[in-house]
Amino acid sequence: MEATVVRTGTEGKTWGGGNEPLKASYGKLMMWFFITSDALTFSGFLAAYGFSRFKFIDSWPIADEVFNHFPFLHGVDAPMYYVALMTFILIFSSVTMVLAVDAGHQLKKGKVTFYMFLTIIGGIIFLGSQAWEWKNFINGTYGAVYTEGGNILQFIDGDGHRVALSDIAVPEASVRVEHEARNGIWFESERSLPSYSIEEVKAGFGENSDLLIRTQMVNEEGEKTILSREESVAKLNSEAVGVIEGANLTRNEYGPPLFADFFFFITGFHGFHVFSGVLINIIIFFNVILGTYERRGNYEMVEKVGLYWHFVDLVWVFVFTFFYLV
Amino acid sequence: MAHDTAHHHESNTKRIWTVFVILSVITLVEVILGIIKPDFLTETSFLSMSLLNWIFIILTIYKAYYIAWAFMHLEGETKGLRRAIVWTSIFLISYLIFILLTEGGYIYEVYKTNHVAWDF
Repeated sequence: MEATVVRTGTEGKTWGGGNEPLKASYGKLMMWFFITSDALTFSGFLAAYGFSRFKFIDSWPIADEVFNHFPFLHGVDAPMYYVALMTFILIFSSVTMVLAVDAGHQLKKGKVTFYMFLTIIGGIIFLGSQAWEWKNFINGTYGAVYTEGGNILQFIDGDGHRVALSDIAVPEASVRVEHEARNGIWFESERSLPSYSIEEVKAGFGENSDLLIRTQMVNEEGEKTILSREESVAKLNSEAVGVIEGANLTRNEYGPPLFADFFFFITGFHGFHVFSGVLINIIIFFNVILGTYERRGNYEMVEKVGLYWHFVDLVWVFVFTFFYLV
Repeated sequence: MAHDTAHHHESNTKRIWTVFVILSVITLVEVILGIIKPDFLTETSFLSMSLLNWIFIILTIYKAYYIAWAFMHLEGETKGLRRAIVWTSIFLISYLIFILLTEGGYIYEVYKTNHVAWDF
C-alpha cells in the first residue's frame, strides 16, 4: 500500500486539524452527547405525562393523598416527607460524587475512594427507597371501585376520612372462585381476584348509612367531589362494576389508569438509570482502588461517570416536581 | 484537557458545599410550600396555572441550573460546548412541552363539551 499523504499544507490553519475548539476530551464529549439525548428521552416521557394530565386535568389524583407513607409511621398521614428524604439522599450522593471528582483532580487516591464509596451507598439507599415507594403504591391503602367507564369511586365516612374496603365489605356466602389454568379447557388463568367482590362492597355500603362516595372529579376548591348519600347509593348501584386494590397497569385505586402507568414507567426508567449508575460507579470504584487512574496520571474517568450520576440527580429533580409537587 | 489541568487544579470544596446548602434549602422550601399550600398561591392563576405551580417549576429550573453549572461543571467548559448543550435542550424541550400541553388542553375541552359521555 502506498504511503498516505500526511501533509496537507493547511497545518496551523482553522480547518487544518488538530484544533480542539471545545477543549474537552473525546470521552467527555461523548458523555455529553449521551446526556443530551437521554435528557430529550426523559423530556419526552415527562411531556407525555403532562399531555395526559392536561387531558384529565379535572380528574387527576392529588399527589399528597397518594404518596403519604413514611417508614415506621403506619397510618399516619405524612405527605411528601418520604420523597423529600429521597431527594436529599440523591442530592447528597451527587455532592459526594463531585467531591470525588474534585479529589481526583488533585490525584488523592484515598479521598476519591472514600467519596466514591459514599456515592455508591447513597445510590443503593435511594434504590431501596424507591422499591418501598413502589410497594406502597402497588398494594394501595384503601381500595376503590371502578365504573364501566373506567372511573374510580372512593369511600369516605361522615367526617370526610377515607374508608378502606375491608371496613365496608360484608363477606357473603356465595364467593366467586378464581379461575385457574387447570380448571379450564384452554389452560388460561385469570388475574387474581380482589379480596372483596363488588356485591360485598355494595351490600356493606347499603348497611352503613354513614358512608359516602368520593368521585375522581376535582371541584373548584381543588378537592375531590363528595356525593350526597342518595347520589352515592344510586351511583354505586348503577355504575360500579368492579373492585380495585392498589395499582396495576390496567387499573389503580387512585384515578385514571394513565396515572399509574406513567408513575411506573417514568420512576421505573429513572430507577433503572440509578441502578446502572450504581453499577458503573462500582466498576470505577474498583478501578480507583486498583490504582488504574493513579497509573494513568488522571482521574478523568471518575469525572465522566460523575457527569452521568449528576444527570440522574438532575432528572430526579424534575420527576420530584412533576409527580409530587405540581 | 485533563492532562494540563490535573497539575494545577484548585480545590472547589467550598463551592461544592455552598451549592449543596442552596439545593437543600430550595428543596426544603418546596416541601414546606407543598405541605402548607398557601391559599393565595393556589387560588391565584397565572397563564392557566396556579402561582404555586409556577413557583415549583421556577425553583426546579433554578436547582437544575446549579446542578448543571456547579456539579456537572458546565461553568468551567468553553462557551461553545455549554451553549451546544444548553440551548439545544432548552429549545427542543420547550417546543415539545408547548405542543403536547396545548394538545392535551384541547382534548380536555373535547371531552368536556362533547356529546359522547365518558363518565359512566
